Amino acid sequence: MTATLPPAGVTLTPAGAAPPAPSPARRRRRWSRTSVFGLVFVLPAAVYIIVFQLIPVIYGLVLSFTTYSPLSRSGPEFTGVDNYTDLLGDAEFGNALLVTGRYVLQVLPITVVIALALALLVNRPFKGVGLFRSALYVPHIVSLTAVSMVWLWMYSQTGLINEVFASIGLGPQSWLLDSDSALNAVSAMRIWKALGSNMVLLLAGLQSIPKDLYEAARVDGAGRWSTFRYVTLPGLRPMLVYVVAMDIIYLAQGFAEIYVLTQGGPLASTTTVNYLIYTEAFQYNQMGSASAMAFVLFALIVGFSVLAVRGVSGRQK
Amino acid sequence: MTASFETRQSSMVRRMRRARARGEGRVGSIVILVLVTVAVLTPFVWVISLSFTPQTEAFGSVSLIPANPTLENYATAFIDADLARSLFNSAVVGVVTVATNCTFAVLAGYAFAMLPFPGNRALFYTLISTAAIPISVTLIPLFLMARGIPLVGGNDILGQGGSGLLDTLAGVILPYIVMPMNIFLARQFFSSAPLELGEAARMDGASELRIFAGVYLPLAKPLIAVVAIFSFTGVWDDFLWPLVVTSSQEVQTVQLALARFLGSGNVQYGPLMAGTVIATVPVLIVFLLNQRSFISGLSDGGVKG
Repeated sequence: MTATLPPAGVTLTPAGAAPPAPSPARRRRRWSRTSVFGLVFVLPAAVYIIVFQLIPVIYGLVLSFTTYSPLSRSGPEFTGVDNYTDLLGDAEFGNALLVTGRYVLQVLPITVVIALALALLVNRPFKGVGLFRSALYVPHIVSLTAVSMVWLWMYSQTGLINEVFASIGLGPQSWLLDSDSALNAVSAMRIWKALGSNMVLLLAGLQSIPKDLYEAARVDGAGRWSTFRYVTLPGLRPMLVYVVAMDIIYLAQGFAEIYVLTQGGPLASTTTVNYLIYTEAFQYNQMGSASAMAFVLFALIVGFSVLAVRGVSGRQK
Repeated sequence: MTASFETRQSSMVRRMRRARARGEGRVGSIVILVLVTVAVLTPFVWVISLSFTPQTEAFGSVSLIPANPTLENYATAFIDADLARSLFNSAVVGVVTVATNCTFAVLAGYAFAMLPFPGNRALFYTLISTAAIPISVTLIPLFLMARGIPLVGGNDILGQGGSGLLDTLAGVILPYIVMPMNIFLARQFFSSAPLELGEAARMDGASELRIFAGVYLPLAKPLIAVVAIFSFTGVWDDFLWPLVVTSSQEVQTVQLALARFLGSGNVQYGPLMAGTVIATVPVLIVFLLNQRSFISGLSDGGVKG
């Protein structure tokens, strides 16, 4: 791995920066020859996205008010809000919500804090810094499925983690087969996997903080901690907001790692909402109630992302 | 005299002390970085080692450097697990996705930036917002829509009677033909491109398609690289949609081929790790050749926030 990353700041726009203001020519709103072509050029992509991204959302919402099995000859049968009211008392769904929430909450803070520390460490110019940036980014490049396979071996009876345990005189553990440790084991893998991308994003955020702010803090005699507290953290906020929101959205949809490592078990201790939706829809063919679950998850992701964004953004609105 | 000497000495001591502190801080942080990097990469090193370790030695303590390195795990992965077929499928799906995104997403992003029309902003934000929809929301409807595409897979004109695009490579590609994120990246790129070039070509009577393809597209190589990488890795790495839409081994992608190793109950880690290495190498090569585009693609997305 000889190639290195560029100093990320060179190619980056700070988060939250608006695209350049449109020039007067771009603001024209009348139908002209060029604007007709504009619409024509946009049309294939627009039609595709409307048909295969937007209509499915409406279709899914309709399905969530029906019972539907793809195996039955009859079409969806309208049942009103029954699917949603059923979910209220559904222990399986409640458990999946708790598992998903715990999963997000135990991965997110740890990965963001470690990634921030790493970003601060690789933000200094020294020989070979690019090598560290690239190396730490590798887990992000490898697909979630492949990474899960790697950790499946790591956690196995003869895997690396039990080898290390044996070398200090501890017996092998069944990390993924014990309902007390399975979700923690999956979380550890996700923390490791998310470090690289979070670090690169936070590094970009760090490099977008104007250098003269640090100069001013130094002149004012600010120490390391107060510089971090009053210059770095506020400057990093837009990127931190983005990182937290993206992590919530990704983690709340965990699926491949669950499928590979635990199949939702043991005793449903790792059954995330997405995993439950998959089994409900494609193993039990309950597409109506699975759709209702999907919309509840959607609402919760939106809600918690907004809350987290508010929280990280601090007092500014 | 003595006083000035003392102050000079003490200031020197102070400077030295400060320099040492700085040096120590730097050494300390590099030590931490080395430790974390080693910890992060260790699993991969072991996986590569394991993939060259003979099956008979894979149980019990595995040594980092295999005593009798072998390619048998790779042979098993390719022959028994039909990995070659899955790699071919993933490559086809990847190339088609790159082509459609580099054409339609880039063209749309260009038009949103350079050829505004009434309502273009509303349409742009509507299209982009779909990037935030969780996969589980569209998964079931897309599955039913793929099944109901008319006149393919034994379907009649109403999309009834057959299996549509289910269990076909076209079905695997279906949700990736135009990724909203790529439209966003393209608009972002072209909104900083000079308008004058197009105006001049327009004056010379060039058609709009010619201005796009002949004037601006040659300038957009960095954008094309980002869009291509984003599309390729997105579809290469996906798991849930291919899992849902395919059922037979002949159309499964490489990530699903890996999951097939799990089905047998007693997991053979040697071939599985060989397969994992094979599934990862193409993306890793793309990354090492285009690190710049990878990173800027990732963080340009950050502007969205």
